[in-house]
Amino acid sequence: MAMRNLWRTFKNSAWLGWQMESNWADPYLFAIYSIVKPIAGTLILVFMYIFLSYAGGGGPTNPSLFGYMYLGNALFMYVAQVLFGVTWVIHDDREHYQTLKYIYISPANFYVYILGRSVSKIAVTTIGVIVTIIFGVTALGIQMPLSNISWPLMLLGMSIGLACIIAFGLALAGVSFLTARHAGGMNEGIAGIFYLFCGAIFPITVLPSWSWPLASVLPITYWLYVMRVAFFGLGSGVASYDAMLAGYDIMQGLLILTVSTLIFIALSFVIFRFGDYMARKKGLIDMTTGY
Amino acid sequence: MTSYAVETRELCRTFTSKEKRGEPKKVVNALENANLTVKPGELFGVLGPNGAGKTTLIKILSTLLLPTKGEAFVHGHSVKTESHKIRYHINMVCGGESSGYGLLTVRENLWMFSQFYGIPSKLAKGRIDELLGVMNLQDKGDAKVRTLSTGMRQKMNMVRGFMTDPAIIFLDEPTLGLDVTTSRQIRLFVKEWVKAETDRTVLLTTHYMMEADELCDRIAIIDKGTVLACDTPENLKRRVKRESVLRIEVTGMGDAKPVSGIKGIHAFNAITDPAKGVTTISLILDEESAISDILSAITKGGGRIQAMQKTDPTLEDVFITLVGRGLENDNDNQP
Repeated sequence: MAMRNLWRTFKNSAWLGWQMESNWADPYLFAIYSIVKPIAGTLILVFMYIFLSYAGGGGPTNPSLFGYMYLGNALFMYVAQVLFGVTWVIHDDREHYQTLKYIYISPANFYVYILGRSVSKIAVTTIGVIVTIIFGVTALGIQMPLSNISWPLMLLGMSIGLACIIAFGLALAGVSFLTARHAGGMNEGIAGIFYLFCGAIFPITVLPSWSWPLASVLPITYWLYVMRVAFFGLGSGVASYDAMLAGYDIMQGLLILTVSTLIFIALSFVIFRFGDYMARKKGLIDMTTGY
Repeated sequence: MTSYAVETRELCRTFTSKEKRGEPKKVVNALENANLTVKPGELFGVLGPNGAGKTTLIKILSTLLLPTKGEAFVHGHSVKTESHKIRYHINMVCGGESSGYGLLTVRENLWMFSQFYGIPSKLAKGRIDELLGVMNLQDKGDAKVRTLSTGMRQKMNMVRGFMTDPAIIFLDEPTLGLDVTTSRQIRLFVKEWVKAETDRTVLLTTHYMMEADELCDRIAIIDKGTVLACDTPENLKRRVKRESVLRIEVTGMGDAKPVSGIKGIHAFNAITDPAKGVTTISLILDEESAISDILSAITKGGGRIQAMQKTDPTLEDVFITLVGRGLENDNDNQP
């Protein structure tokens, strides 16, 4: 019974999230938007890479670096979009739709509700990631033969990585209960930390050595590593481009990713519950500030 | 465990504002030692002006807010420690807001909320159609919520609150800002809903006396966080003797306050309608002999008496007696 209720909440909040993601435009416009947006975002990075390569002389001659940053950037969409999407649920439902309090006082499990709302973000982002990768392979010549992709590793890594990202999102959602003004800046700031320190577009070893311990405790670092191995193969130029991670074999990478993800899931649950309790104590569940 | 639908014991809630530059922290007592009991099947009203603590009380009872001190039980469960158990038995509708997902249709919105309560989809759809009909909103069922007027949204929210068939429903100023017809429709529906089954309980907050008087089995009068009285409307009104309630309509009187100082007046309230230039003075007298002094004070103040009558006491008179000022001094006009 309890499981059925949780499933029902999850399913309906996922449905609501999808309606809100896709229902603002007609289906054709939404399809065009879903394709154009990620490509346009990626092209910024591509042009930066090309410009810097030519500025350094010789043009873009490092396919390993290009593959490294291209895939890292594509996958990072999950981090940015899911973190933003999950935390924004609190702000949007509370301030814009003024429905948060009605969902909160219902028997639905609010943690599961937020979880369900993140599913639509993941679905929309997945479309963006696939479009970006296909564009990279077909239009930009990234060498990623389908036969080289380790599908089981990719699916496993993706599942653990998404669980980790959602856990971060839920922790931030807990904090969002307590703030209105800083909800947007907070998730962008956290995503920015991951972008900088986790080797999303450049190897961690490029950064000052004091930042390496930070990179080594963040699960996103290992997620990106596992995904690069899954897409390009262990020992490939892309997968071994980062000297800090090149020493890990794939089982070590997966193990660290799994353990750190479990720790962050537990942590996010605690933070969410604490944020929920404090919001109820301070009377912030139905706060409307106009931000 | 308690047999009441709602019970509060010495319930307190304070809000502390943040310290700003040069300004110390402010502590506001929104509720002070509130003791209330609501029986199952009762339509219970909480009457008070804006800022009296009515919404704070509803927020605590609906598990949105924790009390600072004291205890509250809803359907026998503590709001502090058993909020998850309470949520199966309650729902809430707040007036004066335009909640709802604008991108969804009215039916989609309502159906989605029904699913959070675990109502089977077919049953939920049936209830939604039935209640949309009761609220005269059936032709808007497939309209996007963003296209609805404020009144229609409020009706949709009434459907959202009642479609789950809660044991206890909290209505926080449900007719606030609505036109007369819609308000009447909603009042009629609430009255019929609570009577339809014996164990349905309504806790309604309002600052409209007529609403409280018309609907409620019992009323708690609340001001500045304190429950001043709690009884049936009839018993509350009996506290004020019929002979002692006097209403005088005056024109041309700038300030009616000098009247309030006359010996023999228990409570005084004056409301001026600027459009008509008429001041209505409500008086509760300790001694009838004060009437001649009152009339002469009005005349001296340049006022011309248009009408004067002794009336049956209203809840407003009860409130004036208890608080020393009228509800209308703080609030909007009644719908």
